[in-house]
Amino acid sequence: MSAAVHINVNGRDVAVSAPGVKRLSDVLRDDLGLKGTKIGCNAGDCGACTVLLDGEQVCACMVPLGQAEGRRVATVEGLADGASLHKLQAAFQRHGAAQCGICTPGMLMAASDLLARVARPNGSQVKDALGGVLCRCTGYIKIVEAVLDIDGEGSGEAPPAGAAVGARLAKTDGLAMLSGAETYGADAIPEDALWLRVVRSPRAFARFTLGDMDAFMAAHPGIARVLTAADAPQNLYAILPGRKDQPVLAEGLVRVRGEGVVALVGERAAVEAIRDGDLPITYQPLDAMHDIASATASGAFQLHADRPGNILAEGRVKKGHAGAAFESCAAIAEGEFETSYVEHAYIEPEAGWARRVGQRVEIHVSTQTPIMDRDEVAGVLGLAPEDVRVIPTACGGGFGGKLDLSVQPLVALAAWLTGRPVACIYSRPESMISTTKRHPAFMTARFGCDGEGRLQAVKFHADVNTGGYASWGPTVAGRVPVHAMGPYHVPNVETSGRAVLTNGPSCGAFRGFGVPQAAIAHETMLDDLAEKLAIDRLQIRLVNALRAGQATGTGQVLEASAGLAPCLELLAPHWRAALDQVSAFNASAGERRRGVGIGCMWYGIGNTGLSNPSTMRIALDSGGKLKLYNGAVDIGQGSTTVIAQICADGLGLPVAHIEQTVGDTDLTADAGKTSASRQTFVSGRAAQLAGEDLRRHILRHANAGPESEIELAGNIVTVRDGGGQHEIDLSKLPMDQDGAVMQGRGTFDPPTIGLDENGQGSPYATYSFAAQIATVEVDMELGTTSVLKITAAHDVGRAINPIQVEGQVQGGIAQGLGLALMEEYVPGRSDNLHDYLIPTIGDMPEIEVLVVEEEEPLGPYGAKGVGEPGLIPTAPAIFGAIRDATGVRLTRAPALPHRLRAAILAEEQNDG
Amino acid sequence: MAEYLRPETLKPALEALGAAPWSVLAGGTDFYPARVDQVPDDDVLDISAIEDLRAIEERADHWRLGALTTWSDIITADLPPLFDGLKLVARQVGGVQVQNRGTLGGNLCNASAAADGVPPLLSLGASVELSSAQGTQNLAFEDFILGSRRTALGADQLLTAVILPKPRQARAAGHFLKLGARKYLVISIVMVAANVEIDEGGNVSAARLAVGACSEIACRLPALEEALVGRPCGAALGEFVAPAHLAHLAPLDDLRGSAAYRRDAALTLVRRTLNELGARA
Ligand SMILES: Cc1cc2nc3c(=O)[nH]c(=O)nc-3n(C[C@H](O)[C@H](O)[C@H](O)COP(=O)(O)OP(=O)(O)OC[C@H]3O[C@@H](n4cnc5c(N)ncnc54)[C@H](O)[C@@H]3O)c2cc1C
Ligand code: FES
Ligand code: FES
Repeated sequence: MSAAVHINVNGRDVAVSAPGVKRLSDVLRDDLGLKGTKIGCNAGDCGACTVLLDGEQVCACMVPLGQAEGRRVATVEGLADGASLHKLQAAFQRHGAAQCGICTPGMLMAASDLLARVARPNGSQVKDALGGVLCRCTGYIKIVEAVLDIDGEGSGEAPPAGAAVGARLAKTDGLAMLSGAETYGADAIPEDALWLRVVRSPRAFARFTLGDMDAFMAAHPGIARVLTAADAPQNLYAILPGRKDQPVLAEGLVRVRGEGVVALVGERAAVEAIRDGDLPITYQPLDAMHDIASATASGAFQLHADRPGNILAEGRVKKGHAGAAFESCAAIAEGEFETSYVEHAYIEPEAGWARRVGQRVEIHVSTQTPIMDRDEVAGVLGLAPEDVRVIPTACGGGFGGKLDLSVQPLVALAAWLTGRPVACIYSRPESMISTTKRHPAFMTARFGCDGEGRLQAVKFHADVNTGGYASWGPTVAGRVPVHAMGPYHVPNVETSGRAVLTNGPSCGAFRGFGVPQAAIAHETMLDDLAEKLAIDRLQIRLVNALRAGQATGTGQVLEASAGLAPCLELLAPHWRAALDQVSAFNASAGERRRGVGIGCMWYGIGNTGLSNPSTMRIALDSGGKLKLYNGAVDIGQGSTTVIAQICADGLGLPVAHIEQTVGDTDLTADAGKTSASRQTFVSGRAAQLAGEDLRRHILRHANAGPESEIELAGNIVTVRDGGGQHEIDLSKLPMDQDGAVMQGRGTFDPPTIGLDENGQGSPYATYSFAAQIATVEVDMELGTTSVLKITAAHDVGRAINPIQVEGQVQGGIAQGLGLALMEEYVPGRSDNLHDYLIPTIGDMPEIEVLVVEEEEPLGPYGAKGVGEPGLIPTAPAIFGAIRDATGVRLTRAPALPHRLRAAILAEEQNDG
Repeated sequence: MAEYLRPETLKPALEALGAAPWSVLAGGTDFYPARVDQVPDDDVLDISAIEDLRAIEERADHWRLGALTTWSDIITADLPPLFDGLKLVARQVGGVQVQNRGTLGGNLCNASAAADGVPPLLSLGASVELSSAQGTQNLAFEDFILGSRRTALGADQLLTAVILPKPRQARAAGHFLKLGARKYLVISIVMVAANVEIDEGGNVSAARLAVGACSEIACRLPALEEALVGRPCGAALGEFVAPAHLAHLAPLDDLRGSAAYRRDAALTLVRRTLNELGARA
């Protein structure tokens, strides 16, 4: 064993016996139990592991333990002074600078290094100091604001009873993220857990045979088991009902690169020491079909028996007679568009662990969908759903990627078979290789309008490359045609979408389910028509904006809350100002030119034409503890806070009284998935009903009228109405089977009507609307684009918590900017955060968020959703702005510098 | 069990290297990312404790930068305008975490085609000092980097210092431009470094330029360097640059850019580098 290394960690001298080359991050987490230091990449690319070494920020994943000998290491756990927050932590809390919180320890440490050198830094100093830490959630805006407001006071509003909705309440679960105490998928693995590592196919399409595994086991002591397909009672799962197509481990055939072939289970060191090549696996490669053309060619290998022609799913919407309507159009625009694979790049790679408890299995995992995880794992293990318990850990970012199973069935199966706790943590490359992507889309569009710019007809088709397995491909194929005409009133519509199975990476859910891709097409169409008719680009959108009383493409008449027109009206003065500024700049500019663009979007909240209920329960116990049992997992977007605010106002008590249990499938009712921007609208409404239900019980008990005020102090509830006052001593009330003395329940399932064969129906109970303006500067000689400003107007129905709304919009804009300018996943070439680029703190524009509140009568206090809408209009707005600056009409995302430069050169040739 | 050795002086380090193969580790910012999916299991010679390798010293006719000089050391050091290009490199390597740890020696020995340290050293006319238990050898920097991830470093040698000759003229300055697809933490698509010396009449008396990421290894622009001599230094210094000056570049297509784009962008960057340098020098 190596000699002990002496280091001072957070002021405490410790001796560590571990190899000198061991990563300091692993030493902190595993030898010293300081899990606040996060690991997002193990390669210096994400900065989540940032700590201070003798006061200087470093990535702990690249520091050998030996180099910490005799030095001071400061981690997030050492920031607070006992119970009192460091002023940086308080500022982060006040500003909502942590969403999922996984980047927060690194951000805090980098910022604390800066503040030790510069007491009052300016914005560019903050960006330089924090530039090495990536955040995928916030768009960095609130992080910069927090560091600049280091001397500010307080930690957010503490609204009184009845005033929680609309308050800028700090995250109710924020403090644990700031102290490093929050536990994510990799943070609470039991000491005695076995480790599991999946051996994955290096090929996209191959048959394989397994050699002598007994001999392999004999040669590798410390390996407890090598799991293969044969070990799973039912080796198939899929998150969509009725389409189970995905094996836990491949059975002789791999359809995608990175597919799991076997899983090694054993002592951690033994598992980690084995290289994939050590395993007796022989691959016989097949001709991989990477693209749609090869997968749909006649005679192409059929990837799944029940999917002839490799067509996974199709969707369409047909209303009126688009073909005939084009005949009488004054202007027609046409185009073809293409987008790339986009990686979720949450900073927390997939992680979790499971243990067997008698005849049940318990899974602790970072997930967006505990109930589906439970049901799918139960299917794989051949257990009843009730015999699987999923306890979600904190989720370090999801964006749709953690709507699919990853480690869940593997750790559950291994724990079931070995009787030991089993853990699995994906490495960054593994996460990027084996989990889903945003669908590359190939779109053709034809839009026609009359002489005033009013849309008359739209034809649109999207083929999306869905990869080897279904995942959420069917959802994308269904959602895209509904949204593809844009947030506009169009009498004649013919739109369709088709998801094609290939040997590419499986594509699934990613913030917007295909709508961000479609928005690039429909917004370019609007710009084309505006150009043809010489109408202002904002004006043509306003003319066409869907309004209450009008029917959508699916024939659904919107009854209320159709807020695109108010968004555009609010943006109009900003638009004119931006156009003026840009033309002034361009009058004297050289190789740098500026432009302004606008993008609009709409987004149906919840599942498409399907029931998607949520149930919430709030219980009051004899000691006066008020607990909300909330099955909606918070993936950083803030649902835990927002749902508490809504529930508190339904109940009539201050939100500070509410404690929560979130997501545990044994303790909470099904609240559905955290996806489709549905939790505020659907679960929020259920929480409102639950709060109101409990209130009714209390008032009935006190025989008080509906306008009464309630107060809770200790175990006494005081109810006041008119003149009277009534006290309820909770400790005197009988306890129900849940240990509560009073409970409120609420269920909400948004009313929808499924789509018929022409895509007619009411697929969503409500829609969010938004419009964004982008100002960009393009370096004409280099093809690089900087986004200078985004002004975003979002109709959210009601902003339950304006901090969260702003945070969602800012974070969405960051992802939209990435989609527009830099994000392109190329299998095998960008399987890391070094080559796959997401926006850094320095890439973000100034952002102004304008909130429009067109109340939705069905929603809680009028609210709809904002989780996905933030990103959808951004890429179209940026593309429009680049076109304004350069004359280049972009048709392919992302607009990488070399592509834009080539287009600029081609445009110059055309002109010249 | 893999060995881990961290000597505090050069001698035992060189003796160890002479006796057996070791993986050398300095700041670790290339070492660990190369082992992302692994628990490192090589025998490691950690040279980071050898204080003598971390100094920046001015000598009579040259500057000596120890191999362990970090990017942050370069940013904070008090250096003449000659080193402005190198300082700009340092500020743009990775993020602050990487600047605090990554060393000049590591950057050169790792010898990536996109190593930002290489063009400025070419433009500064650097040589490297290589040491082994047998002795010390000085090698022109051009002869040190042989190709992508290939150097002239012997298995028993450490790079101990970078030697930068002082210019003949009192007026000398450097500059560096890096093109990447985002603001921080970005690998260069193309980078250009330039150094000029200006005579008393305000004309260029010597010039060195190098372009990176446009060929297997960064390369000098001899024809352009020659053509610069005698030109008046000013904000239009780069205007005459023509594609022919860059004809010998051999860029590749990759994720970050096409070959044609690189060639085109290199021309723009060379012109801008010279214009900006001319305006300042
Ligand atoms: C997130 C991130 C961003 C980065 N950005 C950039 C960038 O923008 N530009 C850029 O150029 N690089 C970049 N790098 C690469 C890296 O930081 C630099 O190359 C750094 O200077 C390497 O130095 P090091 O001391 O960390 O090297 P180490 O990792 O310690 O060593 C690198 C290699 O050199 C050898 N070596 C090191 N020192 C010596 C010596 N004195 N003698 C002999 N052999 C030696 C080692 O054996 C190893 O093979 C980045 C890295 C990361 C992780
Ligand atoms: S984990 Fe260290 S930088 Fe990502
Ligand atoms: S809050 Fe930064 S990554 Fe989630």
